[in-house]
Amino acid sequence: MLPAGLWKPKFWDHYDVASGPQKQLFNFRRIWLLAVLLTVGVSLVPLIFITVVDYRATRKGIESEIRLRTARLVSNTRRSVTFFLEERQSALQFITQLHPCQDFGNSTELRLILENLKQSFGGFVDLGIIDAEGNQRTYAGPYPLTGKNYRDQEWFQQVVLKGHYISDVFLGYRRVPHLVIAVKHQLTDGSYHILRATLDTERFNQLISGMEISGSGDALLINHRGELQTPSRLYGPVLQDLALPIPTFSSKTEVLEERDQKGEPLIVGYAYIADSPFILMILKHKKELMQGWNWTRLELLGFLALSIAVILIVILGTATYLVEQIFLADQRRVAVLHKVEYANKMASIGRLAAGVAHEINNPLAIINEKAGLIKDIFSFKKEFQAEPRLIALMDSIISSVERCAAVTRRLLRFARHMEVSIQTINLEEVVREVLGFIGKEAEYRDIAVSVQVQGEIPPFENDRGKLQQIFLNIINNALAAIGDGGRLDILLRRVDEQSVSVAFIDNGRGIPAEDLKRVFEPFFTTKASQGGTGLGLSITYGLVQELGGSIEVESEVGKGTRFAVNLPLKYEKRSREIDASTVSG
Amino acid sequence: MRVLLVDDEAELVSTLAERLSFRGIEADWVTTGEEALKQVEKQRYEVAVLDVKIPRISGLALKRLLEEQDPQLKFIFLTGHGSEEDFMIGSAEAGEPYYLIKPVELNLLIEKLHEIIKGRGKGLP
Repeated sequence: MLPAGLWKPKFWDHYDVASGPQKQLFNFRRIWLLAVLLTVGVSLVPLIFITVVDYRATRKGIESEIRLRTARLVSNTRRSVTFFLEERQSALQFITQLHPCQDFGNSTELRLILENLKQSFGGFVDLGIIDAEGNQRTYAGPYPLTGKNYRDQEWFQQVVLKGHYISDVFLGYRRVPHLVIAVKHQLTDGSYHILRATLDTERFNQLISGMEISGSGDALLINHRGELQTPSRLYGPVLQDLALPIPTFSSKTEVLEERDQKGEPLIVGYAYIADSPFILMILKHKKELMQGWNWTRLELLGFLALSIAVILIVILGTATYLVEQIFLADQRRVAVLHKVEYANKMASIGRLAAGVAHEINNPLAIINEKAGLIKDIFSFKKEFQAEPRLIALMDSIISSVERCAAVTRRLLRFARHMEVSIQTINLEEVVREVLGFIGKEAEYRDIAVSVQVQGEIPPFENDRGKLQQIFLNIINNALAAIGDGGRLDILLRRVDEQSVSVAFIDNGRGIPAEDLKRVFEPFFTTKASQGGTGLGLSITYGLVQELGGSIEVESEVGKGTRFAVNLPLKYEKRSREIDASTVSG
Repeated sequence: MRVLLVDDEAELVSTLAERLSFRGIEADWVTTGEEALKQVEKQRYEVAVLDVKIPRISGLALKRLLEEQDPQLKFIFLTGHGSEEDFMIGSAEAGEPYYLIKPVELNLLIEKLHEIIKGRGKGLP
């Protein structure tokens, strides 16, 4: 999940091999993943959910707003169209009421009426009076239609039946779109005649096209067969079939969604115009109407993306930081655990060693005294003096006992917490003093020994004798490991305010990794054949502990070994008991 | 010089006493604290050599009791044990030079005996 290298946290590839499976309490990668997934889940799921809800609500709101606006526009336009038609129809009704029947027999009178209508309303092309048999009795207009019979025509039957009639748009003789309005005038004697007027649709078209429809929207009229009744910018001239399905009948204004020939979504508002063959339609491209929504949507999604990015960064950062802290704390815990474990082990070995030494010491003392007594008897009584071999044998026993005693004494020294005698010392001086003891050996074997001091090391309180013993042990070991002509560097360094370190770096044969773990254990030796007891470094370890310091060793086979002794600048007296209790606690 | 050896290991003290007597030091030995007190009552000693641990009584407590009986008496401690506690007690009471670890070299013991009688161990409690 993270790129390798710089950005990879320390815990990522960490497997605590050294401490064993039981001690690794934490799988840091899993903790990290769990923390990230949980927090991401808890914070992102509601955020995305709310955004989706808001997205849908906003889109729905905008859509219904669009539908509402379209419906209102359709409604208003329908009212205008209805008014236009009703106005003309009423005018004709009014004319039939106003004029006596005989006026209509006179074509001059009819022409006058046509002129008046043209002036008042405009758009009237001709007027005709048709009697109950369907014959055009009188006609005023540009065409020679007098005497034409309409009895078999559908509009005639309709007007007889309903009293009024509005026709579809049709092309007249001059190929100009027209429509016909006819009204029936019922006389008191039961007879009737019909006033028929032809209108050109120019005014009608103006009414529809006068509406301001934004962008690629359009307003138009169709008849019930789906033929255009007004010319349309987008859908063709008059009487062409509209390439959209005919909307189902409804007495109210309706809005629905369709798709045009290109498959683009359209918002279609329509209304059936009462008592006419017309359907008013307003068509708008949804895309254009939703442009406002597009911007809002972009804002919404942008906000969502930004929020997710910020949340992820914060969560990743926080989780990484916290897990890193836990990891570091755990590392420290494991390190301390190792130290404590080791100290504990050393303390146990110390107690064991003391016990063994004690148990051996008493019988050893008896052997010693008995042998001594026998020797005394041989020495002091003359009768035995002729046998010198006996004394030699006794001496051999005593010297063997002495060898055993030397081992037990060393064991006890290792186990015992000796009182420390404290004095102010100069560290470099102590090191040089120790080098003085073994300088001859180094010189003889052509080993270069150097002492370097880094930084200022103030005189501090410590036990000179113990320090000498510590340094002597380490230097002796180093000299044993270095081949003739090798080198030993002793580096004195101020570590911090509280401590100094003395490092002994040799280029000897090094210590194998499996031995390195055990070098401080009593009786661990690789020099048994050369008379090594395996107590030197364990005593050194004990001494360093007594002085409140610590000792570390690093080594690589074939390259050399580095022993580093850290010493506190301020000496604090502490007993083994306290040490042991902290260790076991 | 007359010395009292106190140690629960009879084999050890008896031999030690005999060897000391070969070298002109009169040494008596006992194995318990009670016997030691009785012995000091009967006989005057210059030095008592005590094991730090004797049955039923510690070397230290025995030293106190013996001191009450004979304030002139001087002490050397022996121990087969290297425990911290023993060492602290022993070295504090007798002074480090008079705290000897078994098996003790006879000549060293004699040397220390002469030393303590001459009063070179003065300044110690």
